[in-house]
Amino acid sequence: MNHWPFVLASYVIVLLSTVAVVAHSFAVMRKAENKAEQLSKRK
Amino acid sequence: MHAYANPTRFLALARPLTRWLLVAGLALAIFGSVYGLLYAPADRLMGDSVRILYIHVPTVWLAMGGWTGIAIASIMQIVWRHPLAAVAARAIAVPGAVFTALGLITGSIWARPTWGTWWVWDGRVTSVLVLFFLYLAYIALANASSEKGGVSRVTAIFGIVGAVNIPIINRSVVWWNSLHQPASITVSGSSIDSAFLWPLMVNVAGFSLLFGAIVLMRMRGILAETKVEARLKRMAAE
Repeated sequence: MNHWPFVLASYVIVLLSTVAVVAHSFAVMRKAENKAEQLSKRK
Repeated sequence: MHAYANPTRFLALARPLTRWLLVAGLALAIFGSVYGLLYAPADRLMGDSVRILYIHVPTVWLAMGGWTGIAIASIMQIVWRHPLAAVAARAIAVPGAVFTALGLITGSIWARPTWGTWWVWDGRVTSVLVLFFLYLAYIALANASSEKGGVSRVTAIFGIVGAVNIPIINRSVVWWNSLHQPASITVSGSSIDSAFLWPLMVNVAGFSLLFGAIVLMRMRGILAETKVEARLKRMAAE
């Protein structure tokens, strides 16, 4: 049995999912911090 | 620890730390993954499927480490009423669930060419599946009972009680007959050849640093959202 399709599938799934979690966490943080900053400037 | 109960003091540390954890984690995880995929030797018995273990082991390590973090934060919330402990526990839950799912998926993909089956209902695999369901239940409970960005006492108690599954996962390959191999890395040493061990350790370190960066980013997001909510309430009352 050729193992490479299994190996490549595992790497693609893990690396894409990790990038997605990092990107989502970063986007949520940035959005919330920008909103908080805008509100504090308004006062 | 209580020195960082003040969000302002915590954020002064978290902002630079997030960047360093992210950069160091990405560098180590990319190096470890590329080396594991292209340059590490194939195993005599497992062949090239051994390369899957360079990413499978870090994901399962983070699945267990994540829940251990939730349990510690929950104890700090209940016993010492640390204001950031509940925020930390909530921030760990989603990445913990994602890495548990990745551990199950990569384990299943590794099992097909190695064991000849995608899935077995043995102690190790089943207890990690239970951990995944615990994460989902924790996330649902935390979302249903969010308190000032953190989680309710009931959710915290669930986080502590759920930790009983962690030693079960760890000892499952000793307590029950299993297709899963026994622990290769213990406190007394490792049975893995150094040619396989060091890239694995690089990836474990890299993914752990990335997990730390993810948790800090999510904590910062929760704290900022809480601040926005409080300010909007104050503005509405004025």
